[in-house]
Parts: sequence; structure tokens; C-alpha cells
Amino acid sequence: MSMTSIGRLLSRGHYSAPPPLDLSHNIVLYLEGISVSFDGFKALNNLNLYIEAGELRCIIGPNGAGKTTMMDVITGKTRPDTGSAWFGQTIDLLALSEPEIAQAGIGRKFQKPTVFPNHTVFENLELALAGERSVWKVLFAKLSPSQIARIDQVLETVGLKDHRSTQAGSLSHGQKQWLEIGMMLVQEPKLMLVDEPVAGMTPQETEKTAELLVSLAGERSVVVVEHDMDFVRSIARTVTVLHEGSVLAEGSIDKVQNDPKVVEVYLGE
Amino acid sequence: MIIKTLSERFFATDRGSSIFFSLLLLVTVLVPTLNLATGEGSFLHIPNYSVALIGKYMCYAMLAIAVDLIWGYCGILSLGHTAFFALGGYAMGMYLMRQIGTRGVYADPILPDFMVFLNWKELPWFWHGMDHFWLAAIMIVLAPGLLAYVFGWFAFRSRVTGVYLSIITQALTYALLLAFFRNEMGFGGNNGLTDFKDILGFDLQAQSTRVALFIATAVALGLAYFTSRYVVRSRLGRVIEAVRDAESRTRFIGYKVESYKLWVWTFSAVLAGIAGALYVPQVGIINPGEFAPINSIEVVVWVAVGGRGTLYGAALGAVLVNYAKTYFTAALPEVWLYALGALFIGVTLFLPQGIVGLISQLARRRA
Repeated sequence: MSMTSIGRLLSRGHYSAPPPLDLSHNIVLYLEGISVSFDGFKALNNLNLYIEAGELRCIIGPNGAGKTTMMDVITGKTRPDTGSAWFGQTIDLLALSEPEIAQAGIGRKFQKPTVFPNHTVFENLELALAGERSVWKVLFAKLSPSQIARIDQVLETVGLKDHRSTQAGSLSHGQKQWLEIGMMLVQEPKLMLVDEPVAGMTPQETEKTAELLVSLAGERSVVVVEHDMDFVRSIARTVTVLHEGSVLAEGSIDKVQNDPKVVEVYLGE
Repeated sequence: MIIKTLSERFFATDRGSSIFFSLLLLVTVLVPTLNLATGEGSFLHIPNYSVALIGKYMCYAMLAIAVDLIWGYCGILSLGHTAFFALGGYAMGMYLMRQIGTRGVYADPILPDFMVFLNWKELPWFWHGMDHFWLAAIMIVLAPGLLAYVFGWFAFRSRVTGVYLSIITQALTYALLLAFFRNEMGFGGNNGLTDFKDILGFDLQAQSTRVALFIATAVALGLAYFTSRYVVRSRLGRVIEAVRDAESRTRFIGYKVESYKLWVWTFSAVLAGIAGALYVPQVGIINPGEFAPINSIEVVVWVAVGGRGTLYGAALGAVLVNYAKTYFTAALPEVWLYALGALFIGVTLFLPQGIVGLISQLARRRA
């Protein structure tokens, strides 16, 4: 057991808050030399990826290219065998647990929408809302009027205003997607990882999602993993193609789509 | 005015809780009155043994609420919760043993009988001060609380969940069972602690003392329900339900799941300990049998029968199943264990929400 993990073990419920996000070099995320293998299979192979502050980046790649594993590494679910992962200049993601990373300002929307089925839509957002996370304070926490206003504002944004008191479990697939996006919004993250946001959405909903994601970038950084090429084309300025656990190509959508390597492994299929 | 808003805030908002509090109040007033104020010939008279029995049921109801908190709300199936119940009971038992003094068989002013019998010359260190009620009261909370905290700290941090955790909780209570059976442990071994004389200076055989204990238990049950309800209706309550339904999702929105589980787990263990402490003076004995794994499984059956995740369902289940147990073990003793098993299977298959769930379903159909 390494010293850091012993430290983490001893830190009990009260850990010191991670340092504030430092974006002085205009880079929000550094992934350098990341490798992850599962039983000999290299899910990520010396992956290098840099995300700029305020950027909207799309990640594409065939199944098994390592997109989800990459998100797992960033959010602390999977520890890489080698490499380093930094959030801004000062926050070492590999030294933090999942909740600590979430509190540091990285939000994630999962591929399969996961909301809390037995809570109402409002309660789902209340739980995700940025703020208190320590046990005793949460026990006595009450929503302030401004927090309620923020939740209602997000309900409006994601179009679930009429479902405020609906049990999240009874929402449609698309509505769950929206709720999860809403949960990410109220977390007020600085970096959003969005895994297949438009799966199961109607064309209108897809368009609305595209608008939303574009509007979110700038103030924060957004990384979108998506298969739908029309969707990618409609939002992305920069596209990164993953293949067999490392970056195959990076650049504008036109440049990437015309790259012969990319055509061969992915788009040409 | 204040009382009205308070009651609206805490009681009137859900019918189950209102019924629970009304019934509890009724029992607390009626049972002692009918026991003390009416003569034995009167048809309204409640005999002494019924007072003791209902008092025991109330302790069980409190234990069931503790298990419902951790299982119904947080999704952790504890199959060892009577370990905490028994530890609270032993702490109370130690205090009661020290009150016996020279009235014991060996008339030793300090040492309880079983220590004299074992030829011990002095009190083990952990028995010191246990003749003070305040220290006993602290130990009633501390012993189960600390064990739960340490156990939970390791278990939750290692992310032991599901059936594995249930098995470890069984092992925990079984290990304590074996340990407390040993005379060397200093808790009376096989026989446990018994032959109590008085509590806080009042004779335990006197019916007035027994009624006072009954009322104390009712008050404790009410407070336990009240606090537990506050917890499950707070944001913390919603977090633990979130942990139950989607544990890793809860982590990704920034909650340290381990800390939340540990908090509820320890809180639940303390409730169980207090229930155990109230149980012991009413039944007059605590022995290692209370640690038996089967007891913990029975508690889970109570909660399942009553209905998980409502608190009052757990209390209802505890009373109903124990009433059935009292009846069956007297009328058809050989049938009871089969009946209990059948009950569990039946409830799991046909009544996943327990009796409470069935009632609210019927009510909805009528509406």
C-alpha cells in the first residue's frame, strides 16, 4: 500500500478540500502517458490528451477504443497502471477518490442514464446541487431560496419543469437523459464529461442538446463522447479520434474525416 | 400554536407516523393505568406479565426500526444487529449486577456471584465504575457505537457490500456469541448476568418499577422513531436512499458514500444498544444466547413482514411477529420455526412491501 493510499485511508470523513482549480496555462485537463490494462487487454495505451479551458471537445472512436475507460480514469473509478492525470495546474486526479474529484469540479453524465429512481426529479437535482457534502451538515441542510431558484432554473433549461414532483424512475429514456444533464449542471462543474448524450433522443431533442452543450462551453469545458457523426459535426470544433487506447487523430471534423487512418479504422466501416 | 405547527411538521404529514404515535400514546397511558388502577378481578385489568410482554415488544420494535434504517433506507442487509442489542444489554446488565452487592448468594460487597464462584479476587478493569448509572448509560451508547464504528470503518472503506457484508455481520455476532460464552471474558459465561435486585434504588420486582420501565421504554421508542424519522426525511436520508439505489452514481456527484454508510450504521447500532439496555431489566437476564445469529435473522423477518423503508412498518412487524411467536411457542412450539421460515418466504414472494405496502395498495385501490 502506497503512502498516499494510507493517507487517504486515515483521512476519515474529513479530508482537506482540493486546491482551487488553476487554469493559468489555459489547460483544464492533462492526461499524459495513461495506460490501463484489464487482464492483459490494453484498454488505454499511452494516451495523451489535453483539454483547453472553455473548450468543447468531441471524442469519437469505434467500440473498445477506450472512451469509457478514459472517463473512468478522469473520474477516479479506474486507476491507470502508468501515466499522470492533472486537473488544471495543481490538482492531481490520481490522488483523489471519486467524490473528491466530483467536488473538485468534474461532472459526469453516464452512457446509460443513471438517475435516482425513487426520488423525485426535484430531489435528484437537490442531491446533485453544488454545496454541502459532509454528513453532519447534510443532515441539517435546508435549501436556501436561491438554491431552489437555481434548481427551478435548471428544470426550465432541461424542460422538466412539469415533472418537478415526478418520480425519476417513471421518466422516459430521453427525459432521464435530460435529468442527468440537469444533475450535472447543478453540480456547477468546471469540466463536464458527457457520454453519449443523444442516444435515444428524438431529432428535436438532439438539436436542443447540441444547443445546450454549445452554450455551456466557454464558461466551462465540455468533453463529449458520441457516435452520432451529424451531432458531432453540429457541435464540435475539435475532434479527437481514439483507437485501441490511444489518440489516432485530432483536429477539425473535416480534417479528421479525411484522414486516411481514421477512414480505415472507423469512418470507412 | 407552536404545538400545532410542530405536530403538523412532524406527525401529521404522513398517516403511518400519526397512527404510530397515537397508538404508542394510547398504549403508554392505557397499559399502566389498567394495570395499576384496576383490581385483578376486573375485566379491564391488564396482568403484570402482559405489561412485561408489551414492554419487551416495544424494545423489539426499536431494534426493528434500527434495522429498517440501515436495510430499508440504506440497503445494507445486516444479519448481525442483535450483537449491538446484546452489547447494550450487557452494559445495563453489568450495572444491575453491581447493584446486587451483599444480597448475592456469596454476599460479596464488590464481586458479582459468578466471579466469586470462579475464584476471582478482584474486579476486572472494565467492571470498575459500572456501579454508577451514568457510566453504564455512557457504555450503553459507547459499546455498540464503537464496535459498529470500527467494524463499519473497515467494511465500508474496503467497499464490502451486498451478501458479503451480510455474511461478515453474521460472523461478527457469532464471534461475540462464542467470546461471551467463555468464563474468562468476565461476563458470566454461559449463564450471563441475572438475578438483578434493583435499578436506581428501586426494587425491580415491584410492579411500580416495572411500570416505570414500561413507560421509559415507550418514551425511548417514541424518541427513537422521532429521531429516525428526522434522519430519513433530511437530505441525509435522501442521500442514503440514493446510495441504496445507485451507489456509484452517488459517489460521482461528490458524496463520500463510506462516510454516509458509517454514520447510519453507527446510529442504527446505538439505537439497537439502547433497545437492548431497556430489554434487560424487563426480562431480568442477559446471556450469550442473545448474540445467536438466528436472532438477527428474525429481526430482518420482522422488518420484511411489516414493510421496509417506512419505520412504522418495522415497528408493526416486530410486534405482530413477536405476538405470533408468543402464541405459537406456547400453543404449538414445534411449529414456530417452520412458521417463521414460511412467513419469510411468503412475504418475499407475495408481499415485497410487507403488510404496510399491502394496506397502502388496498387503500389506493379503494380511492
